[in-house]
Amino acid sequence: MKEIFILAEHRRGEIRDITFEMLTKGKELAEKTNMELAVVLLGKDVKEHAKTLSQHAKKVLLIEDEKLENFNSESYQKVLSHLIKERKPLLTLIGHTSFGMDLAPSLAASLNIPLATDCIDLEIEDSALMVTRQMYGGKVNVKARLRQAESYLVTVRQATFPAEKASMNGEIIEIPSPLSEEAANKRFIEYVLPPPGGVDITAAEVLVGIGRGIKDESNLPLVEDLAKALGGVLACSRPIVDKGWLPNDRQVGTSGKTVKPKLYIALGISGAFQHVLGMKNSDLIIAVNKDPNAPIFSVADYGIVEDLFKIVPSLKDKIYELKAGKA
Amino acid sequence: MDILVCVKHVPETAEADIKIDSTGKTIEKAGLVFDINEWDDYAVEEAVRIKEKLGGTVTVITVGSEDANSTLRKCLARGADKAIRLSDPKFEGSDSYAIAKILHKAIKDLPFDLIFTGAQAGDDGYAMVGPILAQLLGIPHATMVKKIELKNGVARVNRELEGGLEEIVEVKLPAVLTIQTGINEPRYVSIMGIRKAMKKEIKVLGMTELGLSENEVGEAGSWIKIEKLYVPPVEKQAEFLDGTPEEIAAKIAEILKARGLV
Ligand SMILES: Cc1cc2nc3c(=O)[nH]c(=O)nc-3n(C[C@H](O)[C@H](O)[C@H](O)COP(=O)(O)OP(=O)(O)OC[C@H]3O[C@@H](n4cnc5c(N)ncnc54)[C@H](O)[C@@H]3O)c2cc1C
Ligand SMILES: Nc1ncnc2c1ncn2[C@@H]1O[C@H](COP(=O)(O)O)[C@@H](O)[C@H]1O
Repeated sequence: MKEIFILAEHRRGEIRDITFEMLTKGKELAEKTNMELAVVLLGKDVKEHAKTLSQHAKKVLLIEDEKLENFNSESYQKVLSHLIKERKPLLTLIGHTSFGMDLAPSLAASLNIPLATDCIDLEIEDSALMVTRQMYGGKVNVKARLRQAESYLVTVRQATFPAEKASMNGEIIEIPSPLSEEAANKRFIEYVLPPPGGVDITAAEVLVGIGRGIKDESNLPLVEDLAKALGGVLACSRPIVDKGWLPNDRQVGTSGKTVKPKLYIALGISGAFQHVLGMKNSDLIIAVNKDPNAPIFSVADYGIVEDLFKIVPSLKDKIYELKAGKA
Repeated sequence: MDILVCVKHVPETAEADIKIDSTGKTIEKAGLVFDINEWDDYAVEEAVRIKEKLGGTVTVITVGSEDANSTLRKCLARGADKAIRLSDPKFEGSDSYAIAKILHKAIKDLPFDLIFTGAQAGDDGYAMVGPILAQLLGIPHATMVKKIELKNGVARVNRELEGGLEEIVEVKLPAVLTIQTGINEPRYVSIMGIRKAMKKEIKVLGMTELGLSENEVGEAGSWIKIEKLYVPPVEKQAEFLDGTPEEIAAKIAEILKARGLV
């Protein structure tokens, strides 16, 4: 029986969510096409992870090796090409994460098997693979077909599918590591944790999130005043941190923080998925953007299609009026 | 240190009104403003900074039509020494895999210690040209790099992971590094600088000069065939508030009050 592989992603002792999200989709595809779902787990001393994952799939293919202790795309690539050549899965799913982005493209090129990255959906029709992905910062969806092949690789966007719940009692199959030596050209040194201190935006009840639409650093006081009026703090999208206008502990999104305030006001933020993943579970989302087609409006509860510089001062005044009325 | 930087000329779309064209397979390009891919801007800046410190050359390469010259000129104005444009009508329809193959042919005989690409292109966002190119060249790579230290034939780099975490890895040179935004602050390019760069030569190479055949490029040489573009379905559409700014502000204030947020 043909297999579908899910590559388990784990870091610093934890299985990452994307693994369970891919399991949901993988299971659905395996059932539809009558294939067998197998989780591929590489690492050092990861039997506990294997046990956990065996509750989610019929098979866990476990390869343990000291040389796989930390993620290293060179070593991972060697092991996976060996495994894919040997077992010829129709499809291998890898997370579109910093881990998968470092691994999947060169793996696909080395095996010469087609790869589609950052997919938000996929289906198998006969033995053809169709994927859905996004372009232009989420403004356009694309349906695409991969070149016909015996094996395909797909990287899956985070938080696109719900996490799979434990429902099985699968088998753990230990496979000897094909690695005979340490990676020759790439070496993992260490993790660097974000510096402690600063403002904890994850603890704030009200966040005013600013994006590139705020145009210039000199406009910061204006939005700061609004945040103050609301008793909240400023958060931001990535470009604001990249430009050095706010420190990186204020960044919301996949490479920043995940926040869930009572109120998130997005000002001049387009709504790229990397940002949205960090704020979409806020209780109330209000977005101001002059572009009616900005993707942020599909996660916002209330949308205002207007120049933020017209809305922000009026809103600040109204809030103070309200507060004065209360007092 | 000789550094090659792959740059892409892309449309600015965050603020633009995007229309799908009549073929349904691409967007209408007319009216869009094109510029250097945001990530590549940081990559060029990083390369120029390394050159200024250690000496050597910076060469920028793009696969694109004549329109892409403006992006190459911007890079020259910023301090790149040479510019190469790979161009052929047959390259139309190439996905990032085919682009990487085209770049590979041009790069394989050039001298280099480092190759930079952006972490991803802002238009199609595949995030794969860099590592594929590395694989084709048989050299190591590291993606999403936010800091680079060079010493004794090794690049010690910080890779960005999720949630503010980074990892330090070392790769042997020559290597491909894909550059993440925020690694530096790209310098301002003056009109004068651009004007000077207008005089510099841009080398153009086509399919046969690169030793490529038709089935390696374009749709035939790609992994991905686009079937159709469509506007993403909205699961949840925001309720739009309209009126004058004052009226809108009052409506928002009411909503916040009703929820006990003010
Ligand atoms: C690996 C990786 C990780 C990433 N991680 C993150 C992350 O953690 N967080 C993050 O935010 N991004 C992240 N990004 C970047 C992300 O892809 C987007 O580039 C970024 O979120 C865009 O920020 P933005 O919305 O502020 O800017 P843009 O996309 O440029 O949007 C600006 C918006 O402002 C609007 N606007 C302009 N002027 C006005 C005005 N006067 N009034 C009202 N509206 C106006 C425009 O219509 C536009 O919609 C990551 C990218 C990668 C590749
Ligand atoms: N047409 C192109 N010409 C030159 N470089 C490119 C081209 N397309 C992509 N790249 C490079 O590859 C990076 C990643 O692009 P992608 O894999 O398409 O997301 C970009 O940031 C560029 O550095």
